[in-house]
Amino acid sequence: MDLNFALHLSTPELILGIGAIVILVFGAFRGDKGMTSVSALSGLCLLAAAFAAATSDYGVAYNGSFVIDRVGLFVKVTIYVAALFIIVLGQGYFDRLNSRRFEFPILILLATLGMSMMVSAGDLIALYIGLELQSLAMYVLAAFRRDDAKSSEAGLKYFVLGALASGLLLYGASLVYGFAGSMNFHDIAAATVKNPNTGLIFGLVFLISGLAFKVSAAPFHMWTPDVYEGAPTPVVAFAAGAPKFAAMVLLARVLQTGFGHQAFQWQQVILLLSVLSFVIGGLGGLMQKDFKRLLAYSSIANMGYALLAIAAGGTGVSALLMFFVMYMVDTLGLFSGQMALKRNGEPITQIDQLAGLAKLNMPLTIAITMLALSVLGMPPFAGFWSKFFVFGAAIHAGLWGFAAAGLVASVIAAFYYLRILKLMWFDAAPAGIDASPAEAKWITYLAAAFAFPGIIVFLWLAYPLAQAAAIGFGG
Amino acid sequence: MTLGLAHFLIVSAILFTIGVFGIFVNRRNVIIILMSIELILLAVNINFVAFSSYLHNVQGQIMAMFVLTVAAAEAAVGLAILVTFFRNRGDIKVDDASMMKG
Repeated sequence: MDLNFALHLSTPELILGIGAIVILVFGAFRGDKGMTSVSALSGLCLLAAAFAAATSDYGVAYNGSFVIDRVGLFVKVTIYVAALFIIVLGQGYFDRLNSRRFEFPILILLATLGMSMMVSAGDLIALYIGLELQSLAMYVLAAFRRDDAKSSEAGLKYFVLGALASGLLLYGASLVYGFAGSMNFHDIAAATVKNPNTGLIFGLVFLISGLAFKVSAAPFHMWTPDVYEGAPTPVVAFAAGAPKFAAMVLLARVLQTGFGHQAFQWQQVILLLSVLSFVIGGLGGLMQKDFKRLLAYSSIANMGYALLAIAAGGTGVSALLMFFVMYMVDTLGLFSGQMALKRNGEPITQIDQLAGLAKLNMPLTIAITMLALSVLGMPPFAGFWSKFFVFGAAIHAGLWGFAAAGLVASVIAAFYYLRILKLMWFDAAPAGIDASPAEAKWITYLAAAFAFPGIIVFLWLAYPLAQAAAIGFGG
Repeated sequence: MTLGLAHFLIVSAILFTIGVFGIFVNRRNVIIILMSIELILLAVNINFVAFSSYLHNVQGQIMAMFVLTVAAAEAAVGLAILVTFFRNRGDIKVDDASMMKG
């Protein structure tokens, strides 16, 4: 294990970390008028990191705290590409608000670096540092419109509950460390076999609660609707996908590598969280009037599917990877669709305001319709396949009842998405809408095109990758 | 009576519980929430250092250093967000943070 190899393995993280610092200095000299060039440089940085991750070797570095495997690289490339789209969205969004600030792309870079570390964490220290780097950047991003009361309230709520979650997670980590005698996941696994005790399980439950907060699984979802409603939309589009993907993979890694021998203990906890997420996500979404709050409840329900995939173990990880990529594309599309809609300069936030959209902007209506159908799981769109993989893994693991609960949840979700479709297609339009900004419009079209027919190419290309990735995972 | 590992763990558990209750019970002031968060992190640090000394393993102390650093960063970010909140609302009562509900 020499340093050169370790540095070689962490090339994507080095690019992001050094890039963020250099770009920060550049931005500080140029000031806020340099936001466009800062965005462009950050985008280049992310592209370079994605390329480095796609061509990276596999291995373990820094005394086992940094694990590069197929799962990690798959997730990293996805997250980097997602962050790239968010920078494009954010650039347009803050341009139109006339509040350009060069810190935005840099904070996205830092959050991405944190997620990247979470995905590769091989011990509790790396887990905590990655998680905090990501969380701290996201708190600031949520409160980024500092002259907007809602945005700062969203940031405050996200911060307080997120810090509490970090505290819980850390307390769990300290107990696991104390009773296992090591921070490393493999050593923890050895300790659970040699000396299983309640202290370890106690610590594990705290650890799971902390991570469940970060992925907004019920009953740790309280922050989600408020943050989604208040935070700037590009930030929400980011927070809805990438950090949750990273935290979910981190959770899978902790459970399967560190506590693989204790599977029967944590499986019940994860299944409970999953069913609660189905119930709260489904029922909570029914009475929402705000589009972004609706998406928040939809995301809580979707975390239920991801947790079901984790509980399934084995093939569950490949299902998790496939599920999350498709879910991220759908949410990115829906949020940029929301950004593309404005009436008299005011963003359209209420669901009722979508009435008659088909008569006002046909292409966008078709794109949002496709994305909504995809999220509710209608074949042949992406969302159907994502749920297909999750249910397949759950049934393979013998979790019939929970797969059935998931099906009921998607029927409930169908109700509130179909209401949006009915409003858009069949109701009368009250007034005209403004022309859509180009980048939000095109990202929505792109996401819709991915939902179908792009999904065919994606399944053909990515499914073998996800399958291969899952084989060596958690060993 | 000698001080054993259990004593440290009990102190830390008490501090942790006070911190968590401080977040939920307090309805007055957001600053108190920030203090509670610090208390939680320091309780965890006692755990780490006690285990580290008990196990003769240095990793726990390294973690304690990281936690201290992150706690400082967290306090800075938290206060910054609190300042923007105060500028918009002119108050930092917990009950005031209720523009969004549902």
